[in-house]
Parts: sequence; structure tokens; C-alpha cells
Amino acid sequence: MSSFNILLDPKTSPTFPIAARAALGDTQLRKNVRHATEVIQNKRARVVGEMPDWQQLRETGKQIRQHTMAHLDFYLEEFERNCTRAGGKVHWARDGEEAKRIATQLVKEHVSPDSPEVIKIKSMTTEEIHLNLALEAAGIRVYETDLAELIIQLGHDQPSHIVVPALHKNRQQIREIFQREMNLPALGEKPQDLADAARRFLREKFLRVDTAVSGANFLIAETGSVTIVESEGNGRMCLTLPDTLITIAGIDKVLPRFVDLEVMLQLLPRSATGERMNPYNSIWTGVRPGDGPRNFHVILMDNARTEVLADAEGRQTLNCIRCGACQNACPVYRQTGGHAYGSVYAGPIGAILTPQLQQLHHAQTLPYASSLCGACYEVCPVKINIPEVLIHLRNKVVKQKGPLNPEAIAMKTMGAIFRSERRFRAAQRLGRIAETPLVRKDGSGEGWIGWLPGLLGGWTQVRDLREMPKETFRDWWEKRSSHGR
Amino acid sequence: MLERLGHTVDFPAGQTCCGQMHWNTGYQAEALPLVPRFVAQFRHAEAVVVPSSSCVAMMRDHYPIMAKEIGDARLIAEVDQLLPRVYEFSEFLTRCLGLTDVGAYYPHRVTYHASCHGLRNLGLADGPLDLLRSVKGINLIEIENMDRCCGFGGTFAVKNADVSSAMLAEKTTAVLNTGAEVCTACDNSCLMGIQGALHRQRTGVRTVHLAEILAGSEEAPR
Repeated sequence: MSSFNILLDPKTSPTFPIAARAALGDTQLRKNVRHATEVIQNKRARVVGEMPDWQQLRETGKQIRQHTMAHLDFYLEEFERNCTRAGGKVHWARDGEEAKRIATQLVKEHVSPDSPEVIKIKSMTTEEIHLNLALEAAGIRVYETDLAELIIQLGHDQPSHIVVPALHKNRQQIREIFQREMNLPALGEKPQDLADAARRFLREKFLRVDTAVSGANFLIAETGSVTIVESEGNGRMCLTLPDTLITIAGIDKVLPRFVDLEVMLQLLPRSATGERMNPYNSIWTGVRPGDGPRNFHVILMDNARTEVLADAEGRQTLNCIRCGACQNACPVYRQTGGHAYGSVYAGPIGAILTPQLQQLHHAQTLPYASSLCGACYEVCPVKINIPEVLIHLRNKVVKQKGPLNPEAIAMKTMGAIFRSERRFRAAQRLGRIAETPLVRKDGSGEGWIGWLPGLLGGWTQVRDLREMPKETFRDWWEKRSSHGR
Repeated sequence: MLERLGHTVDFPAGQTCCGQMHWNTGYQAEALPLVPRFVAQFRHAEAVVVPSSSCVAMMRDHYPIMAKEIGDARLIAEVDQLLPRVYEFSEFLTRCLGLTDVGAYYPHRVTYHASCHGLRNLGLADGPLDLLRSVKGINLIEIENMDRCCGFGGTFAVKNADVSSAMLAEKTTAVLNTGAEVCTACDNSCLMGIQGALHRQRTGVRTVHLAEILAGSEEAPR
């Protein structure tokens, strides 16, 4: 059973092919992932199908995001002005380390030194920088309040999906975690039992802890507002009960106008959870006496997003609104689940986002973790052409690796063959001779290859390869033509 | 089959590869020279019929940007003029000629796999199925999750052999569940993977390209 006590950090994670091989051996994990992604996919298909203007919505969503990214500096400063005017305090963090430093310092300023603790809303941005570890290292106890994140935290696990982080666990596994970690040996296995246990566990924290940490789905430049959508209401508790709220958001989360939510709040829930609308849509603007947190901080974090923005072909990655539809649709993710991607961003979006956030110093196998089938692009609510970005990143990886490796040499050789008819014909003849020792006749007298050496060995792991025909199409065609057809 | 329909078919001997493998694996520099080569081989054709949906997708999606990258104004113009005449095989029949019944005869149980690039990049939709439904004698059985990738993905099949194998296992299971004798598609690369696994498992199920089915006739049955 794969239990990922290690962090999902692209700098230290095994390569995708290695991690995927381990995941493929976990039949329970694969069953859970298949089931969950199918359920969400079907729900999504139903609520998307009922929208006559879905394709226009996608196009509008893309345009809004593209425009925002083209003027990101302008909208971020507008957000800062308006959030500050409403009583929020905006902090800028160049990278994850700085964001963690600011967040830790802010928490320390506000919590009681006797029992320093915070409650947290589900946030992928804080997962990206492993904020919980930094807070805990500073002696601050962290309570995840999103049900799935609570399961992950109590299970000493890592998120495997950006919307449904505990998607790889089934009900029995969750029950075992709760029994063990909440000390409830007699806990039942009905959804109601599990929900009740989580509720009792969390209520007490909501009432006691007076500092909350959140992420953001959207930042509205025009009004300085922050938006979070969720299903459980636990986020709403975090946003309204504590005295202090610290929001950490990537600089890519900004939207120009309040009305842009009209588009995004249609695209996001339908794509993410297959709901027409999220049960809880929280939008807050600064602070207000007698209503919600008295101290409100926003940390705007770059963490390599500016570098992604500088790449004309890669920058569409930043348009992502974190719906996870590409993960549910992906036939690769379906087999491996999320942990194999070695990053909190898994699936197709992870395969393009993670390497770019690492500026391609790490995670170089991720752009290849796709068959380029295009299912991700088809469902993306803001039309990120993920296959094209994957190909673009592959080109960068190839350039980085240089010409002196077996693959590059093979590719160069084949390039030379394809540039010349003479060489192409010679290669066909040579191929037939070279394969001869590997060919075995099957029962019907056909020649098949059951084993190939080196890089090609992956092919014959579960497949045979038909021998090259004695007469190629080219030979047949030329013979036929010379005989006057 | 094309000749049966009254067309004159030529096979330019200098043709080699569209460059998809190089381009999609990240070897852009190796793929670029194949664009002018393609244009030189096919510029005089009234229609270029390609029996591989992913090759057509490669040309349609990338040749214009590749020509721009090469920076030759004449090549850019020629690619622009030639591409609208490039058709995937089933697309040539259904969209260019407006045919669904090509007079084929194929008395076998057949299932059809919708290759990803044909389905999503070319938008072939039900075109290939319409052609198959019009074949005399055929027993066409729909496969479950017809639009799910078979796991081939070019160099993906060797770079991520384990995941590719798992994807392929689902596909071959779906093929076997139909009870078909033959699995067909518009892309030989998908079929090579599916066939390789079906043979390894000694299932007796064969794969054949759509063209081979449509080439069958009552006079010369296959």
C-alpha cells in the first residue's frame, strides 16, 4: 500500500515513470481513483451538457484570463489599492520561502503565545509551499478543516487531486484513519458516521481557534475582494469566526472586475464538482467592525509565476482556475492517481505547471507523462491547450539535455533517414535484416517479435511487434505500376 | 478502394514521415525539414489522402507554425494552399466526396476504436462509424469508452511503458468484451499497440485499418 509520508516536492520526488510504476501496483488506489474520477466526470458531463452556451463561456473565460495575464501588474496593484482601502493589509512574497516567513510572522503576532494554533481552509497554494510544515516548525499547531484535507492531515498523507485531495482513499480507509487518529474505535462506516465524527472534531476548533489561514479562488482587482468557493461550509466558518484571517494567493488568481465572477462561477463549479453552483460562495472585502475577522492580511505570492508569464507559449498555464477537470478526464491520471506526479499539482495541469514552477530544473519527466490524447484540453473551462504546452516543454527539456544521449542520437539518425528517400529505402531494407534474429513464427505462420532491446524494450513488455513485411507498400506499389496495374 | 471509386491514385516515392514523432517528443529542429519535403512531394495533388489521423493532425496543427519558424515566405504560402487539400482517409470519403456507402463488403464482427487525434484534433465524430455502418455484411459492435486513449501516444509507449501498458490493458479488455473478431481504427499507430497486445495474449482478434475493410468487396472479399 502506498502511504506517502514523504512530501510531494518536485525537487526530491522520484521521476514520473518510477513513481507511476509503484502506483500501478496499488490495486486499491487504482480502484478508488477510477471510481471517483468516473463519478465526477459523469456529473460534470451532465451539468455541462445542459448549458447551450458552454463553448462561448469557455471562450469568454479564456479571454478574461488571457487579458488579465497580459496586464497582471496593473490588476495586482489595483487589487492592492482596493484591498488596502477596505482595511486589508497586502504583503508581497517573491517565493514560497518569503510567503512562509510572512505567514509565520503574522500568525505569531496574532495568536496567543500559550497555545499557538490556526485553522485552515483547503488551499493548494499553501500545499505548494508546504506552509503547514513551516508553521509547525515555528511551534504553531495547524488544523485542516476541509474534510478531505483533514483526512490527508490525519492520515499523514499528501493531496492527490487539486479539488478532491483525498480522492485516492475510500470510505473504509477514511474510517480507519478517523478511528485511529480521533480515538474512536467504535466509529461506524456510514457516510453520516464519518461526517458526524469530523463535525465534532472540527466544531471545537472553530469555536476555540481565533486565527485562520486561507487560499483564494479569485482576487477581484476592482473591489479588492477575495473569493472562495467550497462545498462544506467549514471554509465559511474559518472566514467568519476568527479574529484574524491570513489569505495566501498566487499572483495568478486575480480577476479584473466583479462581473467576471459571472463567468468564472459558472465555469468553475460545473467543471470541478459537476455542480451548477457551489453550496458556499464566500466573497469578502477588507474588514468591517462587528462582522468577521478584525485583522485581514493577503499575501500575494509569485513563486516563479513571473517566469511562467515570461514564456509566450507556456504562459497560458497561468490561466488555470484549478477545477481539476483535466485530472478527472486524463487516462494517465486514471491509472496512477496524483502522487506519482511528485507534486501537489497532479494530472495534466500538474504536468505543465510543476516543471514550469521549477523552471525546468526539476520534474523533467512530467511533460512526457501524457499520451497527448487531448482529453484535458477538451474539458478545460478556460481552454488551456495542455497538449501544445506539453510539446513546448518537451522541446525545452530536449534542448536542456543536449545532443549527447542515446535518445537524441537515435532521433537525429531518424531525422537524417526521413530527409532522404534513398536513406529511407535503405533503412527499410536494413531493418528487415536487423530484426531477423528476433522474429519468431506464430501458429499461423506470421512472424512476430516478442522482445526488443534497450529503450524499445518498453514496447515488448506487454506487446508483440509484427515483423516488417517482406514486401513494403512501396515495393508493392512500384511492382504494380511497372506492370501497368 | 479509391480506384474502385474512380479516382487516380499516385504515391510520390519521395515521401517519408510527417515529423510527428520528432515534434511531439520535443525534437522540433529535426521535424522542421520534413515540412518543405512534404510540400515538394504533394504540391501538385488535387487531394492528399492520409491513412493516419494523427499525421493529419500533426500537419494541420503544426505545419503552419513550423513554416513560420522556418521563415520562408514561399513555404508559408504553399503550406497554406496545400493544407486544405490534405484529408484523413475517412474524412476524404465523408466530407470531401460526401460518401458513406463506398460499396464495400466485409462479412465479419468488427468494433471501432476512435483514435484521439482523429476524434479531438480533426473532429471526425461519427464519420468513420457511418462508413462502417454502410458496409454490407458487417456486424458492427460498439466498444465501451470508444473515445478513451489506447495508451500508444508515440514515444509515450516506451518512455512510460508501465502506464501505457495499463491503459492498453483497459482498451484490449474493452475490445474483447465486444466479442469482435476485428478491431479497426483510422490510425495504424493505435492499431499497432492494440494488435501487439491482442497477439501477445493470443486472443486471435486482429486489427485492420478502416481502409482494408472498405477495400473489401463481394467480388474480392477479405
